[in-house]
Amino acid sequence: MSTLTTPEPLTKKYITPGVIILAILAFNGIAFVLARLFFGIGAVTNLSDQYPWGLWIGVDVAAGVALAAGGFTSAALGHVMHREDYHAIVRPALLTAMLGYTFVALGVMIDIGRWYYIWHPLLMWNGNSALFEVGICVIIYMTVLYIEFLPIVTERFMGRVQLKGILSILNRPLESLLRTLDRTLSKTMFLFIIAGIVLSTLHQSSLGTLMIIAGPKIHPLWQTPVLPLLFLLSAVAVGFPMVIFESLLASRSFGLKPEMHILSKLGTMVAPLLGIYLAFKLGDMVIRETFVYLLEPTTESVMFILEVALGVVLPLRMFLSRAVVRSPLWLFVASMLVILGVLLNRINNFIVAYTPPYATGGYFPSVGEISVTVGFVALLVLVYRFLVKVFPIISVEQRHTSPVTKYSIRGTAK
Amino acid sequence: METRRDFLRTAVVAAATATLGEVALGAASKIPSPDRRGILCDLTACIGCRSCEAACRKEHGLSSVSSLSELGRSNVPERRRPSPDALTVVNEYKHPNGAGSPTFVKVQCMHCDYPACESACIVGAISKKESGPVLWDTDKCIGCRYCMVACPFQIPSFQYDTALKPDIVKCDFCVHRTEKGGVPACVEICPVEALTYGRRSALIEIARKRIENYPDRYRDHVYGEFEAGGTSYLYLAKTDFKELEFPSLKREPMPGTSESIQHGIFAYFVPPISLYSLLGGLMWINKNRQKAEEETTE
Ligand code: SF4
Ligand code: SF4
Ligand code: SF4
Repeated sequence: MSTLTTPEPLTKKYITPGVIILAILAFNGIAFVLARLFFGIGAVTNLSDQYPWGLWIGVDVAAGVALAAGGFTSAALGHVMHREDYHAIVRPALLTAMLGYTFVALGVMIDIGRWYYIWHPLLMWNGNSALFEVGICVIIYMTVLYIEFLPIVTERFMGRVQLKGILSILNRPLESLLRTLDRTLSKTMFLFIIAGIVLSTLHQSSLGTLMIIAGPKIHPLWQTPVLPLLFLLSAVAVGFPMVIFESLLASRSFGLKPEMHILSKLGTMVAPLLGIYLAFKLGDMVIRETFVYLLEPTTESVMFILEVALGVVLPLRMFLSRAVVRSPLWLFVASMLVILGVLLNRINNFIVAYTPPYATGGYFPSVGEISVTVGFVALLVLVYRFLVKVFPIISVEQRHTSPVTKYSIRGTAK
Repeated sequence: METRRDFLRTAVVAAATATLGEVALGAASKIPSPDRRGILCDLTACIGCRSCEAACRKEHGLSSVSSLSELGRSNVPERRRPSPDALTVVNEYKHPNGAGSPTFVKVQCMHCDYPACESACIVGAISKKESGPVLWDTDKCIGCRYCMVACPFQIPSFQYDTALKPDIVKCDFCVHRTEKGGVPACVEICPVEALTYGRRSALIEIARKRIENYPDRYRDHVYGEFEAGGTSYLYLAKTDFKELEFPSLKREPMPGTSESIQHGIFAYFVPPISLYSLLGGLMWINKNRQKAEEETTE
């Protein structure tokens, strides 16, 4: 690698016009969350006995988990494959996954009727339930993500604990706590990293098992016993596009040079992963002969074609082109298409494909549901922006260091 | 179409069962007690008086509507389903050629032998009791509504308008009465004995006999005998059950496929642990290779 980059807290100012818009959206969402807490789910959503699950489960939870897959795919690449050159993406991906799962948990909490019982699955087990497995894995994985993040905290504060006044007596103990933590973690971290990957494969696939028990309520275009595999493959395929998308967005927003040398290499890995997913998806369709449903002009068939054509086939073709992979703009567009494709797939699986046997109407998310979903996304971006200013997460090119220091750093690194 | 999907599903289940043996079958293999009770609902006898609806509401202290006259018979919206203030409802289905008399269908939880809701519930709040009923436990339920997603009959209802402690509401087979040797409120009130409570196996015999004795009156189909692995509520009718909007379900229990997958993934934790070791090994190899490379380049 020619350029030397290290993760650093960013110094750009927090408030921008964009941040203000996000803050407004976040407040709007929080207002509806409060309404839900005080007046019940019925007051803010269009959910009913016919449609018990809607936007919050389909997007906040199912799509949220899939789009946080960048965390485990880049951990696999950076740590298991031990590719040092990708280390610059591991931290941002870790932070996104950590925040992503935190907001998935928040999404679940407002969607379930008795949010204060969210801990019940820890004690009350039902091994037959796919939802139980998703729940348990998500809880453990979220803990693992927070543990994986700890070294970044110790790195930031070790040797810099300077509490003022009466709290200053805490300085010494805090400092030694950080040091012990740092030492133990650096020896045991690999255990957590591997656990994170295993947990991810488990619950990414079990999310696909969720709708299998709904049997004939799910449109045959999506209902298949290989759903768990399709969910896992699509999560793996969307991991790197998500990392690329965020990295390009962050470097633009913070005025940094896009790290194209890493992102292009990541981009070349997307096509094969998307290809495998597409092969299984189409193979399943051929075996079950569900293509006959594509000839019927229904919402389902249109949505299925959109999902596959725009969200898989088109970006697959794009990622195969060298020109696309090298251009920040086209790489951004192609990554966004993959992300939209997976988002659409989860919406289709959980909402579009679901037809209750005694339907008397359809389901479309209410203003409240949309506000909460949008608000959570806005809040996530705001917290991300805050954390990259506090912690060394995003790699910054060492422009101001002299060549001498560069050499000395390189020399000691080996 | 159907047959191919059938085949695939059976193939997957069979493969999982074969490789994993006993563990592959969870609740779906739990044999229900031969003694379990059920209710036979003879739709050819029901006159649609809705007394059972009223009696049920009264029994469970639901809504103020408790007298028959208040409920009325007119203006019944189509496709009514049980709700937080009615655990059972009676719907009217017009005769196909308009002239004949309509059929009334009493709707409530079917108390499945292999309940999808039980298999799905994240915390195991729903359970099939030995005596037949499928019951919900308020102390466990977290309100996730996955049971509603899973139920093939669209039965569990949720209190969407309750902010703090919403319940899942469904027919409870009047366990508080049957435990003491009584019969469910709806069975007791029915003026024409359209409802019969008893041992499920005996009810099937009764149903078969009725079909045999009055072949003109009944269609040769006891709905619930085999559907979704069997249900505790059984129905007799003159018309095709499809016309009365009974879902066409296969004989396999609803939870079969998903449970096989779940148990396949978790068979004695072997797959997750293998994956863990595999990744650990890979990590170790790659790290060492990197070290070796570094040493040679230096
Ligand atoms: S009818 Fe539905 S709610 Fe009742 S036992 Fe069967 S699956 Fe459960
Ligand atoms: S809503 Fe309650 S009973 Fe239904 S699946 Fe969730 S926890 Fe179980
Ligand atoms: S009480 Fe009997 S006759 Fe009246 S609606 Fe109910 S099942 Fe039918």
